[in-house]
Amino acid sequence: MAEPLLSVRDLVVEFPTRRGILRALDRVSFDIMPGEVLGMVGESGAGKSITGAAIIGLIEPPGRIASGEIRLKGQRIDNITPEAMRKIRGKRIGMVFQDPLTSLNPLYTVAQQLIETIRTHIDCSEAEARKRAVALLDRVGIPAAARRIDDYPHHFSGGMRQRVVIALALCAEPELVIADEPTTALDVSVQSQIIEVLKDICAERGAAVMLITHDMGVIAETADRVAVLYAGRMAEVGPVREVITEAMHPYTAGLMSSIPTLTQESDRLVQIPGAMPRLNAIPTGCAFNPRCAKAFGPCTVERPELIAQEGGRQVACWLYDEAKRREVPHV
Amino acid sequence: MIAFILRRLLQSIIVMVAVAAVSFTLFRFVGDPISSMVGQEASIADREALRDSLGLNDSIISQFLRFMGDALQGEFGISYRLQMPVTELILQRLPATVELALVSGTLAFVLGLSLGVYTALKRRGILSNLIMTGSLIGVSLPTFLIGVLLIWVFAVELRWLPSNGRGEVVALGDWWSTGFLTHSGRLALILPAITLGLYQMTLIMRLVRAEMLEVLRTDYIKFARARGLSSRAVNFGHALKNTLVPVITITGLQLGSIIAFAIITETVFNWPGVGALFINSVRFVDVPVMAAYLMMIALIFVVINLIVDLLYYAVDPRLRVDRAAKAH
Ligand SMILES: Nc1ncnc2c1ncn2[C@@H]1O[C@H](COP(=O)(O)OP(=O)(O)OP(=O)(O)O)[C@@H](O)[C@H]1O
Ligand code: SF4
Ligand SMILES: [Mg+2]
Repeated sequence: MAEPLLSVRDLVVEFPTRRGILRALDRVSFDIMPGEVLGMVGESGAGKSITGAAIIGLIEPPGRIASGEIRLKGQRIDNITPEAMRKIRGKRIGMVFQDPLTSLNPLYTVAQQLIETIRTHIDCSEAEARKRAVALLDRVGIPAAARRIDDYPHHFSGGMRQRVVIALALCAEPELVIADEPTTALDVSVQSQIIEVLKDICAERGAAVMLITHDMGVIAETADRVAVLYAGRMAEVGPVREVITEAMHPYTAGLMSSIPTLTQESDRLVQIPGAMPRLNAIPTGCAFNPRCAKAFGPCTVERPELIAQEGGRQVACWLYDEAKRREVPHV
Repeated sequence: MIAFILRRLLQSIIVMVAVAAVSFTLFRFVGDPISSMVGQEASIADREALRDSLGLNDSIISQFLRFMGDALQGEFGISYRLQMPVTELILQRLPATVELALVSGTLAFVLGLSLGVYTALKRRGILSNLIMTGSLIGVSLPTFLIGVLLIWVFAVELRWLPSNGRGEVVALGDWWSTGFLTHSGRLALILPAITLGLYQMTLIMRLVRAEMLEVLRTDYIKFARARGLSSRAVNFGHALKNTLVPVITITGLQLGSIIAFAIITETVFNWPGVGALFINSVRFVDVPVMAAYLMMIALIFVVINLIVDLLYYAVDPRLRVDRAAKAH
């Protein structure tokens, strides 16, 4: 098997607060292969953005990585110096944020922001950087890029600004792009175009994508594999087809059935009862147990680990542990 | 751009006319100038003659128009107290105030900005917390108290610095005298400049800090970091520039009020500036001087406001409607 581009192992992220330590991520593990698109899904507050911030080394203090490892092409990047991490940001890992209206500095032209970023990472002249910038803008679909490049962000519409943001994230040719809900703030009419541009340009350059989104439709169309986060823990990871058509984890199954386009009969739209627990009130055992219809003996006692299954799938649920099931025969 | 400047100019003129009206009202209705000009023993006839010669018996409107016309030419009449043209009196005193305000304004701006940026960037540092605590003193102590304390420590106890007057001054041309060129002149500036600038400095510092912290939380700063820009580029190229936009306005006004606040400092340090002149004029109800001083302060504020607006315009591209290149 090829070496993963990014490998996250047992990542724990904690926020010290006045009322004790909040564990936003609790032993999260997953891999991203070179060139692949990994969809990251989960309810609001599940820890998707924190995962992205941890990878790129930008967790807001006093939040911190308490334990675990993050490796990029086999090399640890979670414990390197801030300066070494800075050189990785933008150059090897690019980031696209949710809101293009606020992601660009309003006081600088698009050209200034692109050229500054390119010249931070690539040794080249101003003119050369500009040429690259224009080509990139052209590639992400900005019409008349050579002229528009000297405009300020406020001259562009939301969709166009997100294209600029994508150009900025990709201008130093990173191997991995983390896109945190890149279309949530956009008009529905341009959402699919933006996803398409992002996907195509990354595919062209062989960059892998970690696509964080609420939109299972986008995941189904775009991602190669999908990772499901619940209350700061990984519930299930697997190839997108299989996970969507036959989810293993009861939480994933609930998520999938709540998508009308995937289940055809829209009257079957079921909401999972209850709400995700707050970080300071995660139940013992499986974090999902209060909402799970299939919960049984061990679920309230012991936390299920993420276990490899057939077909490159992984799931953290006692239902798939033969030994546990035998212990409690009535299930 | 032209329309913007014209509009701002028009607003400035309206403000000045309003201030002129207030000055004039003061001029016309506060106290009786005659009694402060002549001795107790002057006869009614003498007083009436003086009243006539000063034009105090004309109609209000024509007096106001005359006042405005004179003001436009820099004419504010004769000081009741000193029997000298007011304009000359003010021009004589102006260098002292301008030099003091210049030094303390620069001090306030440079220190306020650097300390504000420092405390924002090193939010959790011990030194930052010390500076912030110290700044509370600067904001809450009244100016005269700071002046008196400084005099006590540096002039009375340590005997390092003078506490009185401008020291030796050198004439530059016919109408300017400077204290910058002599040793005693520079020494004399130190305590008054600190006294006058301290409050403005702490205010600017706290404002810059608050604004910078706000900017550091924005998405575009996070995105700038996520692109791997150096912390210098992020903090100074991106964050500081955005911090300056809202800070410009208030800082400009603070610098204007330094001249206005100079009254207290000049009194404490016996500084021969226009502020001290104003205080003495109030004491003697020397209305022409008071009116001229009011107009001068208003003019300074209006000019500063205008400059601030133009700066704002230069810094923030969102205000410029240069190209109507709206995206699709
Ligand atoms: N600075 C912080 N201090 C304390 N807790 C935090 C902080 N930042 C995030 N959290 C907590 O970490 C958890 C995960 O947050 P995160 O932003 O990763 O969620 P998310 O999955 O991205 O949700 P959304 O879909 O709403 O973006 C949340 O419960 C949040 O309360
Ligand atoms: S471990 Fe138990 S509670 Fe958790 S999802 Fe599986 S069955 Fe439900
Ligand atoms: Mg998020």
